[in-house]
Amino acid sequence: MTSTLEPELGRARKRKEDARLITGRTRWTDNMALPGMLHLAILRSPAAHARITSIDTTEARRMPGVQAVLTGRDVADEQGSLPCAWPITEDMKTPNAPSLAVDEVRFAGEAVAVVAARSAAEAHDALDAIEVDYEDLPVVLDLDSAAADGSDLVHEDLGTNRSATWTFDSAEAGTGGDVQQALAEAEVRVDRTFRQQRLIPAFMEPRSVVVDPTGDQFTVWSATQVPHILRLMISMTLGVPEHKVRVIAPDVGGGFGGKLQVTPEEFIAFLLARRLGKPVKWTESRSETMVSAHHGRDQVQRLSLSAKRDGTVTGLKVELLADMGAYLRLVTPGVPILGAFMFNAIYKFPAYHFSCTNVFTNKTPTDAYRGAGRPEATFAIERMMDELAAELGMDPMEVRRKNWIGRDEFPFDTVAGLTYDSGDYEAATDRAMQLLGYDELRREQAERRQRGDVVQLGIGISTFTEMCGLAPSRVLGSLSYGAGGWEHASIRVLPTGKVEVVTGVSPHGQGHETAWSQIVADRLGVPFEDVEILHGDTQSSPKGLDTYGSRSLAVGGMAVVSAADKVIDKARKIAAHLMECSEDDVEFSGGSFGVRGTDRSTALGDVALAAFTAHDMPEGVEPSLDADATFDPENFSFPHGTHLCAVEVDTETGHVRIRKYACVDDVGTVVNPLIVEGQVHGGLAQGIAQALFEEAVHDEDGTLTTATLADYLVPSAADLPEYTTDRTETRATSNALGVKGVGEAGTIASTPAVVNAVVDAIRHFGVQDVPMPCSPQRVWRAITGARASAATAPEAGGGTGSIDGSGSRGGAR
Amino acid sequence: MPRITVNVDGTEYTDDVEPRTLLVHHLRERLGKVGTVVGCDTSNCGAFTVHLDGQSVKSCSVLAVQADGCEITTIEGLARDGRLHPVQQAFHDNHALQCGFCTPGMIMQSLDLLAENPDPDEQEVREGLEGNLCRCTGYQNIVRAVRDAAGQMRPGAGPAIEHTADTPQQRTGSEQQSEVKQP
Repeated sequence: MTSTLEPELGRARKRKEDARLITGRTRWTDNMALPGMLHLAILRSPAAHARITSIDTTEARRMPGVQAVLTGRDVADEQGSLPCAWPITEDMKTPNAPSLAVDEVRFAGEAVAVVAARSAAEAHDALDAIEVDYEDLPVVLDLDSAAADGSDLVHEDLGTNRSATWTFDSAEAGTGGDVQQALAEAEVRVDRTFRQQRLIPAFMEPRSVVVDPTGDQFTVWSATQVPHILRLMISMTLGVPEHKVRVIAPDVGGGFGGKLQVTPEEFIAFLLARRLGKPVKWTESRSETMVSAHHGRDQVQRLSLSAKRDGTVTGLKVELLADMGAYLRLVTPGVPILGAFMFNAIYKFPAYHFSCTNVFTNKTPTDAYRGAGRPEATFAIERMMDELAAELGMDPMEVRRKNWIGRDEFPFDTVAGLTYDSGDYEAATDRAMQLLGYDELRREQAERRQRGDVVQLGIGISTFTEMCGLAPSRVLGSLSYGAGGWEHASIRVLPTGKVEVVTGVSPHGQGHETAWSQIVADRLGVPFEDVEILHGDTQSSPKGLDTYGSRSLAVGGMAVVSAADKVIDKARKIAAHLMECSEDDVEFSGGSFGVRGTDRSTALGDVALAAFTAHDMPEGVEPSLDADATFDPENFSFPHGTHLCAVEVDTETGHVRIRKYACVDDVGTVVNPLIVEGQVHGGLAQGIAQALFEEAVHDEDGTLTTATLADYLVPSAADLPEYTTDRTETRATSNALGVKGVGEAGTIASTPAVVNAVVDAIRHFGVQDVPMPCSPQRVWRAITGARASAATAPEAGGGTGSIDGSGSRGGAR
Repeated sequence: MPRITVNVDGTEYTDDVEPRTLLVHHLRERLGKVGTVVGCDTSNCGAFTVHLDGQSVKSCSVLAVQADGCEITTIEGLARDGRLHPVQQAFHDNHALQCGFCTPGMIMQSLDLLAENPDPDEQEVREGLEGNLCRCTGYQNIVRAVRDAAGQMRPGAGPAIEHTADTPQQRTGSEQQSEVKQP
């Protein structure tokens, strides 16, 4: 066996996954077809809040091809309540969450009936024949009013729309001082309220699930990020023994948190398959995705920051209202709480207070969306640092430099109770400023202001950090999360020396097959091509906690490393036995075991064959080289970076054009720079989209009016800029690979950079904020002083997305 | 039910179809050509792009009966004799895909774009792909890939140009041209 010449770690390997994806040889869930399979279609409520007074399915049952029509009442005894795994407080109010509504619907898009038919078209036809009578109930939409006493209620039986309030106070926790005192003694105080608009994850592959009940086990294929969690939850909720359920996540077309869910539709499909004894498939239309797959963000953020006149920050108080939507899904309540640890960001706040109240409204439930709690926190604090700079008349970068943790201060215990292990904010910032041409653009900005140019320039900064590698199990336990944060891996060295790696993480576009192959090739000294990665099937990969929270490499990758090290340890014993030497004299490098001081050696493949035949094993050593490992991180990892955005704002039209976007990310050691760059690009696109384009808008009845990709404004290539990216590298000390995670960095960092730039461009008009998305209308209104209306004017299709690509180029054309 | 005959990726299929059947559903459900995917129901996403008699169309906006007698090329029919089409190769080389769900449509639309404009600049690529959404890549590497493919396919780029170690042997300019225009 030959070893690879070039080290695998850090190598820009092109992806193994691509071969099937660029040729159409893919395994999407919707591609599945099984003998006798029935197709499901789901009838959804058009009303945001109503009592179901009657459902008549008689006509629908007679329609061609229809095999069954079920309502919530039909399955009320067996459907249970959809799981919420994160009770953030002991007194959290958790409503019953049926997969099919029984008596009442609480958001427009909630499932009320399901048809099983021989074809998808026949199933959809039959939906039209189902008659449902609704009696309208008061619709609760606005977050502030929903949280107020005396509001109409989403769940009458709970007696309130407030699900829970979670607080952290540095004085109580012993991690810092008293915020009230800091605010009272402030030389400068900045108070702001920001609105994190509601977003839709908008993964490209619509959700799909196939359930086959015909074997000894139920086999479930689902377009999910979390096959292991899904299996556990099906078992715990639907009363089927866990060992009788197998879940497979085949090729999954993106998730971004949107497929980190145990969905009503998965349960409905399971119930139908169990009842009918036939395989069933449900694949949603995009229109269904938009209204029924969970949404993200949606917070009102009230912040108060105190500082000295010289710019030194002295305290930060954060009060959030977070919109849960109508029900608590898998990790809904915990999403805003993840942000609790990140509002202090990279700055040395001596006092910090955080409180978040989770509130029900008659809207689609929210849950994880790329970054989950951390983009919200980063946005707010980075906006606040710019506001503080404006208040003090300082350069916003100088304010940051004055307050951030110096490179010599790591490890650093933060006021929020975390320990940042490593980082170098100076290095990333200096490089980013150079890439952007910061000083030059500041000069141009001054010059444009001076001459009152119609097109004003703004520069936005985001010096962010985030917590990744979810998560140390003990920390999750302290936050009352329902599971641990470990990850598992197995390595099987086959008799021919080829290697199978089983991982518990569940990729859906990230490129784990490539990156994991590189790690194992590097560790075991085998060719990259000789490594096969197995994942996403609870049968072949029985243990795992799946993919989200930038955890796969920092936690799952480490499990792979540990398993590889166990393989080598075992192989060393066998090699020593074969070469008749002491184990202490055996060195492993480049895929071979050599005897120190001699030219004798034996390759890993030869040891694998010897372990397979097992004719001559050392005393007490079992045949085979296979090894399992579970890694539970001791700490989170903390990627950071400096993102800079220069925008041109047309002050006559309010149009924003990104002139340059430059970012330098420090994600620790890099396994594959190609994949890392791709993750940054994609993250930037989503973060920029939040700043400029996307918003889930509801009308006064609670109907989603941005219910297509075009109305919601998922940006096209014509809407987005070229990004200039670079990296600095400080190793994470919390794992042996030194990796930090990169899946969410771009999304977390970019939104405030863009909005800060927009505000910076028009601050001299007296503008302190532009609500997201910064559509031309809102920017123009902010400039012209019509700020009150700008703050309350949601616009479906009001931005500059795919509808009019030329419009978004603005001044350039 | 009307009977239609379509030639998909070089194979002829004759079937009775319901008049309302969309081409993409005919391809996926009847013919098993599941390489072409459905990403939305409003023709915004472009994931379902195929070539109909050499022109890119969104197969979700074409009825199967409209394709009667037509030649259709899908993502599954691009590679010849085990060799990737230069656009496929360029998507791989430039890491222009992540989850890969938009990729079939992106590649088919890129081919159409390059047939019309063999040497597009960055802005022309961005505008040419405006009807195809990607949620993973942020588009930068897709733009790179299309421009890379344009360079590879340009007449005279020739077989001598070795793009990367594992890039298959280049095809001749005329081969490439004919594929673009008459898939």
